[in-house]
Amino acid sequence: MVNVLQVNSLKSLFLGLAIFFSISAFATAENTLKDSGDDKSFDPKEMIMHHVKDAYGFHLWDWDNHPVSIPLPVILWTDNGLTTFSSSEFHHDYHGEVVVEKNGGKFINLHEKVYQLDAGASTVALDDEGHPKNAHIPIDISITRNVLMLFISALLLILLFTAAARRYKKSENNVPTGIAGFLEPLVVFVRDEIGIPMIGEKKYKRFMPYLLTVFFFIWVNNIFGLIPIFNGANLSGNIAFTMVLAVITFIITTLSGNANYWKHIFWMPGVPVPMKIFLMPIEIIGMFVKPISLMIRLFANITAGHIIVLALMSLIFVFKTVAVAPVSVAFSLFIGVIEIIVTAIQAYIFTVLSALYFGMATEEAHH
Amino acid sequence: MDLVTPGFGLVFWTIITFLFLLFILRKFAWKPILGAVSDREASIKDALASAEEAKKEMASLQADNQKLLQEARAERESMLKEAREMKAKMIGDAKGEAKAEAEKMIIQAQAAIDAERKSAIADLKGQVAALSVEIAEKVVKSELSDKKKQLGLVDEMLGQATLN
Repeated sequence: MVNVLQVNSLKSLFLGLAIFFSISAFATAENTLKDSGDDKSFDPKEMIMHHVKDAYGFHLWDWDNHPVSIPLPVILWTDNGLTTFSSSEFHHDYHGEVVVEKNGGKFINLHEKVYQLDAGASTVALDDEGHPKNAHIPIDISITRNVLMLFISALLLILLFTAAARRYKKSENNVPTGIAGFLEPLVVFVRDEIGIPMIGEKKYKRFMPYLLTVFFFIWVNNIFGLIPIFNGANLSGNIAFTMVLAVITFIITTLSGNANYWKHIFWMPGVPVPMKIFLMPIEIIGMFVKPISLMIRLFANITAGHIIVLALMSLIFVFKTVAVAPVSVAFSLFIGVIEIIVTAIQAYIFTVLSALYFGMATEEAHH
Repeated sequence: MDLVTPGFGLVFWTIITFLFLLFILRKFAWKPILGAVSDREASIKDALASAEEAKKEMASLQADNQKLLQEARAERESMLKEAREMKAKMIGDAKGEAKAEAEKMIIQAQAAIDAERKSAIADLKGQVAALSVEIAEKVVKSELSDKKKQLGLVDEMLGQATLN
């Protein structure tokens, strides 16, 4: 009875999330239509790219035709040193029209990228491809909405898992209670289904902290990407994020590689000499292709999910009829449900493959 | 193209945040949680092993008990057998003794009876002899009172003697 209830409530949670997500995407598309004004036609590509990419300021919703967003700090390192100001100073402009003067420099926001105007210029001049001619990008470590989500997700993970860890200290026989009862099966899953089978009973312990952290970090950010109020902050679908994780996997793999691993790369045992020579460049390329595939897989899967939902919603505005809305909502509901599954699957795949690479790097020669 | 170009700022913050997260979680979450889980698993393993041990011990105890029981049964059996034998022997002995005694008594009785009979016969003989003598005396007295009768007697006697 209790189990049935739990399953039902889980189902309704998923459905609710999916519906909420769909409706939010709908609202987003509508806003973009209003933003672009009556004289311009609706451009689904611009709307989608705007939502998939990073942004200064955390846009929440539009109120009375006016965007409401949480301003976030813009942090730049320019020729004049550290320059900081609030993203609200751009007044929601991302077409390079509002020029902010700070610390002796002039800054514009062009498609959610801060440019510093060259000395002497007062407005941005664009070339035929839409790139600025008289501005350059300074070193930019702004707290964008993705960086904010990064902090929020990290904080959430720390709170959740340290709370779970404290539960064990309180109980006498290491009995998981409360939040630990919920999180322990997940942790044990990563250990028993990813760590031990991929790396092996002897060596998995060393890699567990990384595997666990990467699994939950990706999963939580995938889920955050689906929560509508964050406007689909697409952190785990951002190539910078996936690149960092893939590079860390690559570094750990390379540093923990034993003699057997390097031998398999440079002088494959058990094959004739011409084959050894033939395989060497392939293996060397493979070393780098593995993390690159990790990076692209996560980025593409998550971003694609966002793009599909937004594209489905755009159909309404492309056809300019509300009659398409039921179809769009139904399809994006369907995609939304799939995306919820994909959040876990992609986190799992990234972790499994990382573990597999660690396992290959530490595998002992067997004859 | 912008979509697939990693932004410097996000790379920077991701590295810092991820490494920080890894450090914090490793120290305050993964170690305690995995430690607790493996401790518990070890204690479960131990408990199971000791239960198995106890089961084995129990089984061996039971076997011992069975053996003891069997031994006790065998001993009882042998004791009973001994007792039965002893009883039979005692009865046999008693019977023999009684028989011997009885025989002895019978022999004694027979001897006594014999003696009694002999003395009785002797007595009887004596009395018969006395009586006979008396009778004879009387007969003779009466017989010899008449001459004829005396001669008849002598004849008879003589006749008898010839027969012999």
